Amino acid sequence: MEIFLLFISAIFVNNILLAQYLGNCPYLGCSKEKGVAIGMGAAVIFVTVLATVFTYLFQQYVMVPFQLEYLQTIFFILIIAALVQFVEMFLKKMVPPLYKSLGIFLPLITTNCAVLGVAILVHRLEFDLWTSFLYSIAASAGFLLAIVLMAGIRERLALCRIPRSMQGIPNGLIMAGIMSLSFLAFKGMI
Amino acid sequence: MIFAVVSLFALGVVMASVLAVASRLLAVEEDPRLEVVVDALPGANCGGCGFAGCEAYASAVLNDPAIEPNKCCAGGPDVAKVLAELTGKAAGSADPQVAFRRCLKTEGNVAKNFDYFGIMSCAGAKLVLGGPDACKYSCFGLGDCVRACPFDAMWIEDDLVHIAPDKCTSCGTCVRVCPNSILELIPRRSRVMVFCSSQDKGKAVRDVCEVGCISCGMCIKQCPAKAITLVDERIHIDHKICLAYGPSCNEVCVEKCPRKILRCLHPDMIAAAPDFQPATFPEESHVPNLQD
Repeated sequence: MEIFLLFISAIFVNNILLAQYLGNCPYLGCSKEKGVAIGMGAAVIFVTVLATVFTYLFQQYVMVPFQLEYLQTIFFILIIAALVQFVEMFLKKMVPPLYKSLGIFLPLITTNCAVLGVAILVHRLEFDLWTSFLYSIAASAGFLLAIVLMAGIRERLALCRIPRSMQGIPNGLIMAGIMSLSFLAFKGMI
Repeated sequence: MIFAVVSLFALGVVMASVLAVASRLLAVEEDPRLEVVVDALPGANCGGCGFAGCEAYASAVLNDPAIEPNKCCAGGPDVAKVLAELTGKAAGSADPQVAFRRCLKTEGNVAKNFDYFGIMSCAGAKLVLGGPDACKYSCFGLGDCVRACPFDAMWIEDDLVHIAPDKCTSCGTCVRVCPNSILELIPRRSRVMVFCSSQDKGKAVRDVCEVGCISCGMCIKQCPAKAITLVDERIHIDHKICLAYGPSCNEVCVEKCPRKILRCLHPDMIAAAPDFQPATFPEESHVPNLQD
């Protein structure tokens, strides 16, 4: 039951994009087509889970013993960036099909704030490793949901007549705002 | 303070060395020619070659001996020559083509059945009773092709699409998006073109357009080269046969067409058409194969 609540909370109530406003860059950049959005969402799930587990272990076994917690943000950026680079090389060599579908998205999210945000949030929320793992899956699934919804909306918007100055990003930001407002309705659920 | 700097530095060094080792161990050997071929292609990813993009075509032309190097219509003969050299294949003759609009609705005074105020795209207009024009095979002038054109070679004027032959690379993107199929690719040196794409019977065409094809078959009967046929109820000129026959027929089809919709090459198009030269690339056997 607790896990179920964790998932509902991370996907809908505290959606990483629409309630915590993290990761807006790929959200607006990669939401023009549904196919691209799904690829991006899948890459975010993949990287977030990996990054969360690695940074969690690093925090537990390196940073805490040496009392380096105050350097958390900068350490995590370094680790995530190196990790994603490594994963990209690994996939290219070992799993070419996966590299073909995720490869172009991986460099885009090397230093993404949604990934870093989840890695830091699990420490703020004082989760253990297993819960952190589940939380990272749920939070990035929330990212996937939000970006796919957004891509659906923007595919429709592409056919509408919009004043030139509002086309593209300005309109995308307005859509993001309205979606964020509608996701606020989930706040009362838990 | 010192400890923070040192520890961060240490972590950086560790990460860097891990990545350095990994890049050696996990290096993937890519065909070095791939990059060269991709650079040689125009990079517009128009899909005119039939592949998903320039890179997809590049890897196909390198790895599959059956793929010809002259598929890139955007690059034309120049790119075909470069690709032929890089891949060691015979270039073949790429007859330069150009997109062509088979509609003269302003000249024919095609009436509007209704004013269309929906989504401003041809595909949208087509869904509403087949479009606002009385003729169901006319150019709506809402510019699906203009938006799709990767080379900015098209524009809308007087509700009709116009094509700049000097910018058109014959990638065929517009041909694929046009819901009325009024655009087609023709060789740049075509002698005669059909300016109507109607599939209707004579009476129906006469009612809506002053210069529509009434399927009288006069051109088919008159053509000495038998280059004109009826395909899908509309006149089709086989430009290969027409060009091969040459000018000795004095364009009898143009003369005999009662609706004057068969016309000789537009002067603009002649001006923009590069002088066609038959391929002068060496035969396949003389070209050293890079793959050996």
